[in-house]
Amino acid sequence: MIEAFFNIEIMKAAWPIVLTGLWNTILLSLIVVPLGLFGGLILALLASIRHPLVRWPLMAWVDFFRAFPPLVLLVLLFAGLPFAGLELDGFACVAIAFFLNTGSYYGEIFRAGIDSVPGGQVEAARSTGLSRMQAMRYVVLPQAVRNVMPDLLSNTLEVVKLTSLGSVVAVPELLYEARQAQSITYNPTPIVMAAVIYFLLLWPLVRLLSRLENRALAGRR
Amino acid sequence: MTSHIVDARAIHKHFGTLHVLKGVDLKVNERELVFVIGPSGSGKSTLLRCLNRLEEPSSGSIVVDGIDMLDPKTDINHARRRIGMVFQSFNLYPHMTALGNVTLALRKVAGKGRAEAEALGRAALERVGLAERADHTPGQLSGGQQQRVAIARSIALEPRVMLFDEPTSALDPELVGSVLEVMRGLRESGMTMIVVSHEMGFARNAADRVVFMDDGLIVEQGPPAAIFETPSHERTRAFIGQIQRH
Ligand SMILES: Nc1ncnc2c1ncn2[C@@H]1O[C@H](COP(=O)(O)OP(=O)(O)OP(=O)(O)O)[C@@H](O)[C@H]1O
Ligand SMILES: [Mg+2]
Repeated sequence: MIEAFFNIEIMKAAWPIVLTGLWNTILLSLIVVPLGLFGGLILALLASIRHPLVRWPLMAWVDFFRAFPPLVLLVLLFAGLPFAGLELDGFACVAIAFFLNTGSYYGEIFRAGIDSVPGGQVEAARSTGLSRMQAMRYVVLPQAVRNVMPDLLSNTLEVVKLTSLGSVVAVPELLYEARQAQSITYNPTPIVMAAVIYFLLLWPLVRLLSRLENRALAGRR
Repeated sequence: MTSHIVDARAIHKHFGTLHVLKGVDLKVNERELVFVIGPSGSGKSTLLRCLNRLEEPSSGSIVVDGIDMLDPKTDINHARRRIGMVFQSFNLYPHMTALGNVTLALRKVAGKGRAEAEALGRAALERVGLAERADHTPGQLSGGQQQRVAIARSIALEPRVMLFDEPTSALDPELVGSVLEVMRGLRESGMTMIVVSHEMGFARNAADRVVFMDDGLIVEQGPPAAIFETPSHERTRAFIGQIQRH
């Protein structure tokens, strides 16, 4: 058992490969999370316009990309775009797919946050002469983000986990590299390494999330 | 041109099929304190909110300090700086300190630098007796203190008119006095004020004129003594009687 799953020799051999994978996973997360946050913020700001001409296409967009499995979206982009004359590497496909998918999730979270700020806040701001945009920026958004911080964090956790989907389109992230190492060494140890690294990477976020959630609960009491 | 600082004419407001304001005329002189009373749902808040166009009137004309509030060419954000508004629920920004609340519009609307905005903001807090609380957040202040910060937030912009919508209704009785005192101070400094409130005692000794509204119309108006002692309309009499029994 130990030989199979925690083989020290193999760990040593596989370490450089797994490390490359870890680095790429972090890089991917650092691109995908801000991209998703940005897309989500744009969606939520558009949603706050509340005009039917903006609202309905927006709802359709968000619903569509939330209902569409991200893996299918990713494979579709990777396999389909070349036929549309657009040759993108796996990394770019992951970035686009995640922008569409997680942007929609982040968008719903931001929207809920914006809705959670009482209308009187905007009225007070507007009554002092702030424009609609300024009221959003200085008064509504800071409160909105604070109100949905646990949800933003929990979605970010999901996004980082989802980066492992990149392995399907040959993005050399952590899971992909671990599997490469596994196929070279004929031993599952690299996969175990990847699992442990994922845990170590995400566990601080999970802790932070629990603390935020507890604080939110305490605040409501 | 008009000699009134507030000149609202024939204001109508519909909410869908609901006809809430049915042709209200309200003229207010400079330095005047006009007190607006009336039953719940009579349209008092809606009228105030039309004056600074938080609510879009369905028809009518509103001129404040010479600015046509309903002209699409009017820079409404600029115009609103000159009209302070104080809300029943304070509506302070909870994520900012008292000073932050007061300086936000000074900086972002009036375009003051940080140092100047903070000096003006502290002066405004001083006027409402809360200089020491500049760094407290709204959550750390009592209701009365919060409402005074809200007043400071308005007066820091040096408005020409102040609108108060039931400024003391959400306060515990023992905190009402401190807010009324600040309002009295404002009045003595010559501020033009339109106040919707049930504080009849304050109306009696501070108001120049009391306006009674019912069902979307101004039923009658006059000096406090006349409206409270010898109202000429049955509806006014009924309303005053009701209030005074409480
Ligand atoms: N945004 C709105 N949409 C629909 N109806 C509204 C809206 N705002 C106010 N109303 C209605 O307009 C009427 C007048 O409301 P308004 O708040 O002006 O009354 P008020 O005199 O201030 O009453 P109160 O003393 O209870 O504050 C009420 O029937 C109210 O339900
Ligand atoms: Mg009201």
